[in-house]
Amino acid sequence: MPHLTHLQRLEAESIQIFREAVSESERPVMLYSVGKDSSVMLHLAAKAFYPSKPPFPLLHVDTTWKFQAMYEMRDRMAAQVGMDLLVYQNPDCVEQGINPFDHGSAVHTDMWKTEGLKQALDQYGFDTAFGGARRDEEKSRAKERVFSVRSAQHRWDPKRQRPELWSLYNARRSPGESIRVFPLSNWTELDIWQYINLEQIEIVPLYYAAPRPVVERDGTLIMVDDERMRLDPGETPELRSVRFRTLGCYPLTGAIESEAADLHGIIQEMLLTTSSERQGRVIDHDSSGSMEKKKQEGYF
Amino acid sequence: MSHVANELLETDVEAYLKEHENKSMLRFITCGSVDDGKSTLIGRLLYDSHLVFEDHLAALEADSKKVGTQGGDLDFALLVDGLAAEREQGITIDVAYRFFSTEQRKFIVADTPGHEQYTRNMVTGASTADLAVILIDARKGVLTQTRRHSFLVSLLGIKHVVLAINKLDLVDYSQEVFDSIESDYREFAANLSFTDIVAIPMSALRGDNITSPSEATPWYTGPTLVGHLETVEIEDEIQHQPFRLPVQWVNRPDLDFRGFSGQIVGGTVRPGDRVRVVPAGRESTVARIVTFDRDLDEAVAGQSVTLTLADEIDVSRGDVLVAAESPCAVADQFEAHIVWMDEAEMLPGRPYLMKIGTRTIGATVAQPKYKVNVNTLEHTAAKTLELNEIGVCNINVDRPVPFDAYDDNREMGAFILVDRFSNATVAAGMLHFALRRADNVHWQAIEVDKLAHAALKGQKPCVVWFTGLSGSGKSTIANILERKLHQLGRHTYLLDGDNVRHGLNKDLGFTDADRVENIRRVAEVAGLMVDAGLIVLVSFISPFKAERRLARDRVEAHEFLEVYVETPLEVAEQRDVKGLYAKARRGELANFTGIDSPYEAPENPEIRVDTTTLDAEAAADAILEHLRNEGIIGQ
Repeated sequence: MPHLTHLQRLEAESIQIFREAVSESERPVMLYSVGKDSSVMLHLAAKAFYPSKPPFPLLHVDTTWKFQAMYEMRDRMAAQVGMDLLVYQNPDCVEQGINPFDHGSAVHTDMWKTEGLKQALDQYGFDTAFGGARRDEEKSRAKERVFSVRSAQHRWDPKRQRPELWSLYNARRSPGESIRVFPLSNWTELDIWQYINLEQIEIVPLYYAAPRPVVERDGTLIMVDDERMRLDPGETPELRSVRFRTLGCYPLTGAIESEAADLHGIIQEMLLTTSSERQGRVIDHDSSGSMEKKKQEGYF
Repeated sequence: MSHVANELLETDVEAYLKEHENKSMLRFITCGSVDDGKSTLIGRLLYDSHLVFEDHLAALEADSKKVGTQGGDLDFALLVDGLAAEREQGITIDVAYRFFSTEQRKFIVADTPGHEQYTRNMVTGASTADLAVILIDARKGVLTQTRRHSFLVSLLGIKHVVLAINKLDLVDYSQEVFDSIESDYREFAANLSFTDIVAIPMSALRGDNITSPSEATPWYTGPTLVGHLETVEIEDEIQHQPFRLPVQWVNRPDLDFRGFSGQIVGGTVRPGDRVRVVPAGRESTVARIVTFDRDLDEAVAGQSVTLTLADEIDVSRGDVLVAAESPCAVADQFEAHIVWMDEAEMLPGRPYLMKIGTRTIGATVAQPKYKVNVNTLEHTAAKTLELNEIGVCNINVDRPVPFDAYDDNREMGAFILVDRFSNATVAAGMLHFALRRADNVHWQAIEVDKLAHAALKGQKPCVVWFTGLSGSGKSTIANILERKLHQLGRHTYLLDGDNVRHGLNKDLGFTDADRVENIRRVAEVAGLMVDAGLIVLVSFISPFKAERRLARDRVEAHEFLEVYVETPLEVAEQRDVKGLYAKARRGELANFTGIDSPYEAPENPEIRVDTTTLDAEAAADAILEHLRNEGIIGQ
């Protein structure tokens, strides 16, 4: 008997989750953030429904502050897989010009991402949204369900979460409720990289080290991605060989110094280094247990 | 991740990756209570596998000093405790999934609390595990909870057990203690269905026999915990079972392609294999095994694929493709183990939804044959099942279901029950066998049918179902309505508490379970009377939506009219014609609707009567008018 490797098992499970969610929902959508997990998720979606196209659109909840390279990749990938791409920008944020410099990371993230996501889901009436979150990312996520129920206000209530047994997912919703589905729940960061390597999945070049203009702030390297970056007096960007372990809004995403310019280099570096993935994200450091709070408020 | 500075990794990353791409995967569950050091063990596994990042480690050191229980030493339990609330309580609630990886295997650990009321969590964690690590505190030996954990693990079909005899450092690493606990356990476990039990002496806190053999236990020559987990053969028994593929999704990109997508849950399949579609029973031959990467020559249990068939036969989601030469069973009545998982108790007779494989159907559960005391494994009589109780029950479903016994194939014999209104997952179950009764009761062929009965009476039979609080005025209105119908020459019958509760249902009380059965019988009688061509007026409080739904489903859609007699509780209580509210308020009457038992108001009744604005006579006229408009009683 052929023996299945861990990556084959993870892939088969994710595909099963995709098919189950689509079969039991009326208006599914996939949240596409352009990061490496989104790339893997998109690849798995293509596999799940082949030879059909995935029967749902992609939704990018945009903040207008992503890296330029992410926008390029986003538009190209949507065209390549032939799926509809919906881009949503919270109109309140557009009007008020919400940005990380004047409003701080907390307000910026809450308004563009958390509120933007809720508005987008309401506007299009999606009842099921695929997200790329993994259980290994953060302690409070270890208990997240694969099918996670959200109230009409998009809140996550630990008491309303349903037990999940075998591969029998309960996708039933009451009016107004929606379901977040996480096909990558059981993948770890290492699995993701191994799979990207094995399947030759394209990822944003920002993951690879290259000389980039950065400034150092509170020990974090911030890339000067466009002219909107506000420099402190006396601060001048310098060219350093850096890469990103995680991608978000460029003024809120720390780079690490690295020479790893290809996939093998990244994996080698990752396996030999010692800081966890989410540390590069400024938003998690607000307070202890902050991810849990964000989840209750509706952040992915 | 600060993996061991692996030489291969540093020198030849490509070779390293190749090696790691061929790792297998093992899912296991850890069972034990807070005191057994379970969180410490898991924290230790992550730590010793070098999977703890430096920033997590810094947080761990700080937390250990702040809230640790190890006097400032690293408290590994803090690595795995998740939600803020439970960190403060110091106990784990719910199931957390942890991941670690060695050179040989990736592991998914279901971390479940051992506390008594959390049977639900343990069953959930065990449902996807191939192996269980059962922790025992060496100072305490085999406890009630050890038996409970072992029973649950066995019930969920896990065959491989590691008996982790922990805290051996606290009994001076005594071989005698270890041997005696092991032999106690083996004696007890002889009654369970484990195929292999490996006992390991360890101290999770000190790291003895976790990843490397401990010098403190020179008398022990068996494997370390990680050594065993890395090499234990989880025989892919499931690959030797007959082929099974529950169809998840019909794949139709264009008119030329029609494939059936699903995950194989048993056996293997090759192009050319004969398969049968169950429950329908038609057969065909597998034409292609389609995947994104390429067409396969063979696919095995665990893989998600898309099959095309040689013939155009009807296949939909919920059907199962099975090996034609060894198909699965199909039935609509079963015996099953049920684990109740909801705060609200099981109501025998209430229609729930059952999800089994990719099929969702209506199901009712009979009163349990018995429930199992998870501590003593004794069987006791039961009328219902409450949260965390386990029982054996018969189940009826409203359409035939393809299945295999859970013992033969977990995915083909496992199901969940879902509440139709809250949509909560209320139970998990394991099918054992079909009951033959369904085959033996045949419907009598009725020649004089409903239409014939009704035609003779010149009326359209129906059920007019009055629901509302006690004292709302249901029976008064129903009586007036019946009088008016009688005057119009219609054949009617009025079913109410007085003529049903005293006879047909005199064995029933007022618990939720009895209320459900009460309404089930009334609905059944009303249904038979509709068959007899009568206009049936039913006047019952009928407080639960689910049972009113059951009554509605008993007859044709156009034959059921729900009348909601809407009277505010204060008004009904004020009227208190029978003095029952006063009694209930004094505590002399338990389970009284509106007082200490809920009333679920109808959302979309056909007729709504507001008795604060309409008197009984006018209400009856309004209903009569409705019956006329519906053509039930001619103009």
